[in-house]
Amino acid sequence: MSERMPMIEMRNVSKHFGSVIALSGISMEVYAGEVMCLLGDNGAGKSTLIKTLSGVHQPTHGELLLGGEPTRFKSPAYALDAGIATVFQDLAMIPLMSITRNFFMGREPTVGWGPTKRIDWKYADRIAKQEMAKIGIDVRDPSQPVGTLSGGERQCVAIARAVYFGAKVLILDEPTSALGVKQASVVLRYIAKARADGLAVIFITHNVHHAFPVADAFTLLSRGGSLGTFRKEETTREEVLNMMAGGAELESLDAELAEFQRSDSERKTDAGDSDASGTRLAAGQ
Amino acid sequence: MKSNPSPQADAAEPQDERIQKVSFWKKALSRPEFGALAGTVLVLAFFIVASSGTGMFTPAGILNFLEVAAQLGIIATAASLLMIGGEFDLSIGSMIGLAGILIAIPAVEYGWPLWAAILLAFCCAALVGWINGNLVNKTGLPSFIVTLGFLFILRGMAIGVSRLLTGRTQVGGVHDHIPGDWFAALFSGEVATGLFAWMASQGWIATNFAGNPVVTGIPVSIVWWLALTALATWVLLCTPYGNWIFASGGDANAARNSGVPVHRVKISLFMFTAFSATIFACLQVMDTGSADTIRGLLKELEAIIAVVIGGALLTGGYGSAIGAALGALIFGLVQMGIFYTGVNTDWFQVFLGVMLLVAVLFNNFMRKKAMEAK
Repeated sequence: MSERMPMIEMRNVSKHFGSVIALSGISMEVYAGEVMCLLGDNGAGKSTLIKTLSGVHQPTHGELLLGGEPTRFKSPAYALDAGIATVFQDLAMIPLMSITRNFFMGREPTVGWGPTKRIDWKYADRIAKQEMAKIGIDVRDPSQPVGTLSGGERQCVAIARAVYFGAKVLILDEPTSALGVKQASVVLRYIAKARADGLAVIFITHNVHHAFPVADAFTLLSRGGSLGTFRKEETTREEVLNMMAGGAELESLDAELAEFQRSDSERKTDAGDSDASGTRLAAGQ
Repeated sequence: MKSNPSPQADAAEPQDERIQKVSFWKKALSRPEFGALAGTVLVLAFFIVASSGTGMFTPAGILNFLEVAAQLGIIATAASLLMIGGEFDLSIGSMIGLAGILIAIPAVEYGWPLWAAILLAFCCAALVGWINGNLVNKTGLPSFIVTLGFLFILRGMAIGVSRLLTGRTQVGGVHDHIPGDWFAALFSGEVATGLFAWMASQGWIATNFAGNPVVTGIPVSIVWWLALTALATWVLLCTPYGNWIFASGGDANAARNSGVPVHRVKISLFMFTAFSATIFACLQVMDTGSADTIRGLLKELEAIIAVVIGGALLTGGYGSAIGAALGALIFGLVQMGIFYTGVNTDWFQVFLGVMLLVAVLFNNFMRKKAMEAK
């Protein structure tokens, strides 16, 4: 850890929903050109954390620092303006609309003025195609509907859009969870590229095999609290996996499964016996 | 594409070949209005054969069915934008009735200049559209329910206001007020009358005993129809606002997250449908010289039929204004065609219903194909 200024920093952030403490005392620093992996089980507070970062929720306690300046986002639009782009799981993509229309949704480039003001489709198509080419996806026709793209490609359009519109901090909510191996690798390559371009990336995932290759640091969440942040060089894949799933729990799960298997096979032999007796009865009648 | 000198050009080569397979034909097929275009050609061909010799395709006959199509087309255009934006407006028909009353009563009973009465109708339409849109936005109720409410509210208001002020539900005598009114002139009469007189003098179109052309000009409603369709198409395809309409209807939440002002888009679309109903009412009142509280009955459903035949998706986010215009054209063709061919007009509605179902099935099929076009 150097003396660099974190791009985004959370200091002791808590979020309460009524009596429920969704986040308690989370501190996290993400630097430019780094990928912070956010790991945690369901209900650990990952979603609340990213929603707090992206302006959907406001923290109950603690502060959020952007480039060293304390900030508060009234709404996602303010966060977006400040350069924090969040790619949620639903991607904010509309399948029936073309790639270009989706790419520039809400921020259409125009030419002309007054009543002749219109979308510059030539420019828009070119940029959409070019931005997709940058991440290694050759869009044959940017006017084809997004619905014709694969899940990984769609994810990439969403990320490319965020990057193109000047994101400094990129928050990705489970970008690889619904993807096959090949598609996931496309997204991971892009995450690595975004990092190389100097973005601060916060990457939420369940999958340690996706997390490990691209991450620089891991923050583990459990039941609303942080189990700590670990640099990649301080830890190993197995350690992360253990912490993430709760190693002890996995071990006990192993034991339980073995138990199930044993009783299962016992039951099968029992069932075989009773079947046989049933046949005997039928035959007797 | 191939002129792209990037280092990836080589790698992209095999994929570039795949683009060749997306033929012009397939592109045309994936346009929302394709089904309506095919339908129009079919219906047109059918009636050209079936009604040969009946005068359906003389200039007068053509203007006849175009006028029917134009009236419906005006409201269908607005309804198509709204449906692409993800909402319905069932209050269009009632708005037509109310707007007619709002034009006729002040002009005939209170001596308002016609332009002021028309302006009043447009202001009320703006208010109705604004209320519709805000109710849908604020309550989150389906627009089907909200505007169904307004279907009855507006119809009831038309009858109530008219009975209260005049004691009748019909108001006549508007014709006397049209001459010299600059605003009313926009909604009455014909255009290109000089052109038709000239064509008659050249012997290109039929003339009556006095030497005047049988067809004296293009009714102004057809001009309104074509202009509104062109405007709506331009807005949808070429402007940011058009992109917002698609986005709002495709997925309002996704649109909002991307910075699209979904609420404003929807309110403006509801206002536009109310406006289109008022334009319809203006044309009708100027044409017939009277207003009637039951005018526009079922027009909202006819508009929806035209829009759906035109390839729009009922759930929003997909459709076209040209498709809606073609849907209206099919509607006009069939309505007048049945009359010309001598089929009992009772069967018109049966045909309409069947056509709606066929159009929806066809459009569903085509959309699936478009999504597979990978």
